[in-house]
Amino acid sequence: MTANAVVQIAIYVAVLLLLVKPLGLYMARVYEGQPIGLDRVLGPVERLFYKLSGVKSDEGMDWKTYALAVILFSLVSGLVVYALQRLQAYLPLNPQSLGPVSPDLAFNTAVSFMTNTNWQNYGGETTLTYLTQMAALTVQNFVSAAAGMAVLAAVIRGFRSRSGRLLGNFWADLTRGTLYILLPMSIVVSITLVSQGVVQTFSGYVTETLLQPTTYQAPQTDANGNPVKDANDNPLMQTLPLTQTIVAVGPAASQIAIKQLGTNGGGFFSANSSHPFENPNAVTNFVEMLSILLISAGLCYTFGKMVGDTRQGWALLTAMTIVLVVLIGVATVAEQNGNPAFTTAGVDQSASALQSGGNMEGKEVRFGIVNSAIWATSTTAASNGSVNSMHDSYTPLGGFVPLAMLSLAEVIFGGVGCGLYGMLIFVIIAVFVAGLMVGRTPEYLGKKIESYEMKMASLTFLILPLLALDLTAAAVVLDVGKAGILNPGPHGFSEVLYAFMSQADNNGSAFAGLNGNTLFYNLTGAFDMLFGRFFMMIPPLAIAGSLAGKKVVPPGAGTLPTHDLLFIVWLLFVVVIVGALTFFPALALGPIVEQLIMIH
Amino acid sequence: MLKQLRAAVVMLVAMTVLTGLIYPAAITGIAQLLFPYQANGSLIVKNGTAVGSALIGQPFDDPKYFWSRPSATTPYPYNAAASSGSNLGPTNGVLTQTVQARVDALHRVDPGNTAPIPVDLVTASGSGLDPDISPAAAEYQVPRVARVRNMDPATVRQLVAQNTTGRFLGLVGEPVVNVLELNLALDQAQGK
Repeated sequence: MTANAVVQIAIYVAVLLLLVKPLGLYMARVYEGQPIGLDRVLGPVERLFYKLSGVKSDEGMDWKTYALAVILFSLVSGLVVYALQRLQAYLPLNPQSLGPVSPDLAFNTAVSFMTNTNWQNYGGETTLTYLTQMAALTVQNFVSAAAGMAVLAAVIRGFRSRSGRLLGNFWADLTRGTLYILLPMSIVVSITLVSQGVVQTFSGYVTETLLQPTTYQAPQTDANGNPVKDANDNPLMQTLPLTQTIVAVGPAASQIAIKQLGTNGGGFFSANSSHPFENPNAVTNFVEMLSILLISAGLCYTFGKMVGDTRQGWALLTAMTIVLVVLIGVATVAEQNGNPAFTTAGVDQSASALQSGGNMEGKEVRFGIVNSAIWATSTTAASNGSVNSMHDSYTPLGGFVPLAMLSLAEVIFGGVGCGLYGMLIFVIIAVFVAGLMVGRTPEYLGKKIESYEMKMASLTFLILPLLALDLTAAAVVLDVGKAGILNPGPHGFSEVLYAFMSQADNNGSAFAGLNGNTLFYNLTGAFDMLFGRFFMMIPPLAIAGSLAGKKVVPPGAGTLPTHDLLFIVWLLFVVVIVGALTFFPALALGPIVEQLIMIH
Repeated sequence: MLKQLRAAVVMLVAMTVLTGLIYPAAITGIAQLLFPYQANGSLIVKNGTAVGSALIGQPFDDPKYFWSRPSATTPYPYNAAASSGSNLGPTNGVLTQTVQARVDALHRVDPGNTAPIPVDLVTASGSGLDPDISPAAAEYQVPRVARVRNMDPATVRQLVAQNTTGRFLGLVGEPVVNVLELNLALDQAQGK
């Protein structure tokens, strides 16, 4: 690894960790309903929302009512996103006169955004109108993120409750999270992004005349638009002049800010954050990468604060950071080493002061290897899923890193809210396994972990392999599944595995060579995202509901401390064994065997 | 149930008005007021028409210009209305053949240059719109451009340096050369 790579990774991690405490403290005050300053400005809006929707914000909900509220809100959201896409041709803010989105794609995209996945089967600038981008996608970027954070707040209240079974009010958590956390942060980030060149306009696409007119090859078509083929069934090519190009613009910055902060990840443009109008330089890249992990990291402190022992939050954050840094390192080295086939062709892949070198296929020069590797690791650690380079073109070992992150069930930072309640499930499993070893009823934060909690925890972590592996197996056997694969050999298998892991995890990034915009992938993917979202959300709420009613046991001599180094290492073992080993056989068929092929 | 359903519908409508209409409209207003150049696509305007954007690359295949990176957008390269990478995997034979063809094309226009080719010059970018090449990729092309244009290589190198942006604070990001701006500067230096 180059010295500059080490410096850039260190700066990124250091700035992230420095912001954890102030942000975490602030978010704790938001969810505790304490005065935060901003409520003096936005308080009237908050109260107006409650009044219109008939919500009594101080009325607590038990876990079942809380879950019902989340599910109803998500379903209504899905319907609206679907309807807006189908009707977009008749609605305003459509300067390119785009038509309605096809039913299966609209369904996939609706599920994708209501579940905070942002899987991109749609093409951004080629498929969606400005109104759909704003009123459907941007809104879901806010509220699906706020819903995840709200559920975390409810789960935390379950862990710390001294009496009663109530977990707080979903509508109040949703509103406060949006108004006081996501909205102000998005305003700051989006204006920063615009100042650096991210576009923000309602005008139509711009036509520009190329400096050097050129030509390009395209398949010949007959009068009906079908490709013309020669005697050997190869398409005939024709040379066409190219003198002008159309540049897509739009209200991008406002959406990109929240897509990063809310761990959504769906791009305004098809190429996501590798597009220069989404991410024009090193400054925007740093701000966007920071935004990917910022809230999830801060919530660890919020958790510690709310349960009255900040060491508990720091312990979880430490475990997450260790995995993050190790895997950033692996991705950086793998991509820096480059592709042996390029060297054979007479290409210079060495890193120097004049070039980042390495495997640059699918990467932007301004980000080079280091910032592409940091992003790829962070975006799959969090269930963000935005990309600034094309993961499909990574070396096998480099592409193994995002796959490995996905196999850890998105608990290394993870989605805002969801990542931490996922990690708390692993904590429950860790204290349970430790308890088994010494023959003692396990406890966490003074609450006894019993068979009901363990059943729910097992359900939560089993849903990911169940969905991802079964759907992958089906897709690589069925012709409709195989038809979508771009790359041959083990890499094609990785594309399919990545797709179903990413969607079950509600991540949304892809080995994008896979053509997912088919009836088969649109429907199986939507199913994958729905079950992944709610089966990893409802059991943790059930656990919180059960724990809320339990008495707090004072720590004794046999209590396992859950904030020291021993526990951090133990937790990491459990995460890796339970999470990663489940997927090891599948990963062996994909990136591992491909790496062996590549170096031979 | 009904009470929660009503709350769900009304909350979503209220959130849509706030985060889906007011928020993007307000950001657009602020952006157009404070940063109109950036918010509208950093357009380079010459004689009243847009000749390009400082942030969006253009294809070049004339030896007198610095070439941009290859682009995998369809149907034509650098299609800024349909951004895309190639998504070719590292062991895919099509990728190896494509890279070889790009190496050959560079050798054809500059047969005397046997130096290894900087990797960014023969690999497609993630967006297909990368406006930059690495300083190494610019240096590789300096002798060719200078020869075809009958310019002193030192003058060309000076123009490259003027269109190079280093790392932010010397540490973050990578050094880049903006190809379109460099080529515009070359034309201007020769009075075109």
